Amino acid sequence: MRVLAALSRPALVFLLALTLLSAATSADEKRVSVYSSVATYALPVIDRAGHEYVGLLELLEPLGRVSAEKSGSRWKLRYNAIDSEFVPGRARARIGGRDYDLPLPFLFDNSRGLVPVSSLSTLLPRFLGAPVNFRESARRLFIGDVAIQSSILLDPGAPPRLVLNFTAPVNPTISTEPGKLRMLFRRDPVVPPGGQSISFDNKVITQVGYSESNGAAELDVSANAALMATFSNGGRTITVAAVQPSAAVGTAPSPPTFPGGPVPQNPTGPPPAGQITAASSGDTSHRVLAVVDPAHGGDERGSALTATLAEKDVTLGFARLLRHELEQRGFSVVLLRDADLNLTLDQRAGAANAARAGIYISLHAASQGTGARVYTALLPVEGRSNGTFHAWNGAQARALPVSRTVAAAVVSEMQKRQLPARGSSASLRPLNNVLMPALAVELAPGPNGISDLPSANYQQQAAAAIADAVAPFRDRMGVQP
Amino acid sequence: MIPRSLVIAVAAMLVVVVAMGTYVRRMRRQAGTLQSAADLQPVAPPPSGPTETVTLYIADDAAGTLRAQSAQIPLPGGRQQRAEELLRALLRIYQQPDAGHPLAPAADIRSIYLVAPGAAVIDLNTAFADQHRSGVLDEQLTVNSLVETLAVNVPGVTRVRILVEGNERETLAGHADLTDFFDASTIAQATH
Ligand SMILES: [Zn+2]
Repeated sequence: MRVLAALSRPALVFLLALTLLSAATSADEKRVSVYSSVATYALPVIDRAGHEYVGLLELLEPLGRVSAEKSGSRWKLRYNAIDSEFVPGRARARIGGRDYDLPLPFLFDNSRGLVPVSSLSTLLPRFLGAPVNFRESARRLFIGDVAIQSSILLDPGAPPRLVLNFTAPVNPTISTEPGKLRMLFRRDPVVPPGGQSISFDNKVITQVGYSESNGAAELDVSANAALMATFSNGGRTITVAAVQPSAAVGTAPSPPTFPGGPVPQNPTGPPPAGQITAASSGDTSHRVLAVVDPAHGGDERGSALTATLAEKDVTLGFARLLRHELEQRGFSVVLLRDADLNLTLDQRAGAANAARAGIYISLHAASQGTGARVYTALLPVEGRSNGTFHAWNGAQARALPVSRTVAAAVVSEMQKRQLPARGSSASLRPLNNVLMPALAVELAPGPNGISDLPSANYQQQAAAAIADAVAPFRDRMGVQP
Repeated sequence: MIPRSLVIAVAAMLVVVVAMGTYVRRMRRQAGTLQSAADLQPVAPPPSGPTETVTLYIADDAAGTLRAQSAQIPLPGGRQQRAEELLRALLRIYQQPDAGHPLAPAADIRSIYLVAPGAAVIDLNTAFADQHRSGVLDEQLTVNSLVETLAVNVPGVTRVRILVEGNERETLAGHADLTDFFDASTIAQATH
């Protein structure tokens, strides 16, 4: 997390999202990888009559507010404000009032609406309102400007080293075999470094090759010696160097560290034998991820606390202090924004859900009242219905009891510190959209009035109370199902 | 030759009919079948006369809660008209100079639609939302007060939707989510 904390630039605010994978699919299963600034995830490919299909609802779900229902012969899907209609067996779809031809018929299968993988580059821009880059043969879908570029340099010293620099942190799975070191990028939107293959005039390290398939990219380093990879520069640099045979391939370390971000490695199994990973700083045992969300941002200023003080600025400062306090208590922490950025509520919830955070804490500030208010979700009626309604608005339902217990602990911790506090429920998005325990804290003026709101001392007092209250619940904040 | 004024009148009526039709279709989708189209006609408040005692749930910023208070509203009236009187009585309290939870003088309830089953739709005017103070507590107290007052006094109302000037709005003033129905019993639990 130190790494992430250091990267407080707007462009990397969603570093979190770049490096997350919401669904763990096994290595040999056919999949589509989706990379976006909101979430990075993989979806299973479904084979039907020799053609590849993917669930459209599942594809759009991490990206925004989506619901679907079967109505007579039609399957209707709504994504944000875009309505669409599909008819099973028909190769035509209606999206946002216009008709589009599909290369293969739409299928409705096991209550899921399936679209051909080959239709994604046509369909998705209609929903997202922006072009996408679908590398179809590799089934890698890039939404927005998320690609990670790389540069590769050979340092011919003794021993020779290959230095790979990436424009964002990466977290490949590394494996070795005689004469080769493979870096498999399953969740990083890495694109080819110029050509598919670069050869070196070197006796030890001879070549780097790029390939991509089944939702992943791979860089292979060929050499006449055993190789070892180390990470540096916050996961943005990988150095591959020849090593002495005796030190070559160690036993696979227990869960490898995650140099570029907060999320533990794919939890589906132990790393492959022969994997070498760089050790990064800090202990890696069971760090629970806390997502801290400074509410508002960008042109959405929140409440005007005074003529010159906007809520969005108070929440950001408060969030940074809370990050520090939580890190002190052993959490990994990600701020959903670490700059003056505008994020939608759906993006915030999507990022927290994709990160499988252990807890989500939203921060607000208000000019009325004193002390702090701690909120948990007040679920709307629809959120509790079943049937065809997709319960985006009721996603919090299962975690709500824990949320309430944690919120009560925060209130009591604040009161211990002479900070007047009370807890209640609020219809405050995106509390109801997140899957993990979630609360919102609204900081109100202290003994010195509104001038307390931007005060680091005052914010610190509240942040420490929150962190103290949340810490004992770490064990109950596992990875979400 | 058709008189110009008649053309304008007919055009205006058409606009109203189309707008109402669109609205009805939307509500039908969201809340089931409407009781009857006649219920949607706004009715002018009756002249002063007999009154009825109701319980208003009034937001108190200092306490951060609602408190119950009795009030008189005109009697008789249709179910919908009564609901509107109820919330306007509530609004008048918030518009007094020393209100414990002030709302803008221009804030108003445009109408209330009672739709089956058990659903009520409150249509606020733009000033109500645009001039509402922004804050989680501030906005939630307003929502709680409207929903609770309606649900307690109008038998059968179990869920409430809030529109602004006839349209869906994301939040009241940046916080309270207005995109769904509020469950009256959940709000009652949250406020007591
Ligand atoms: Zn706020």
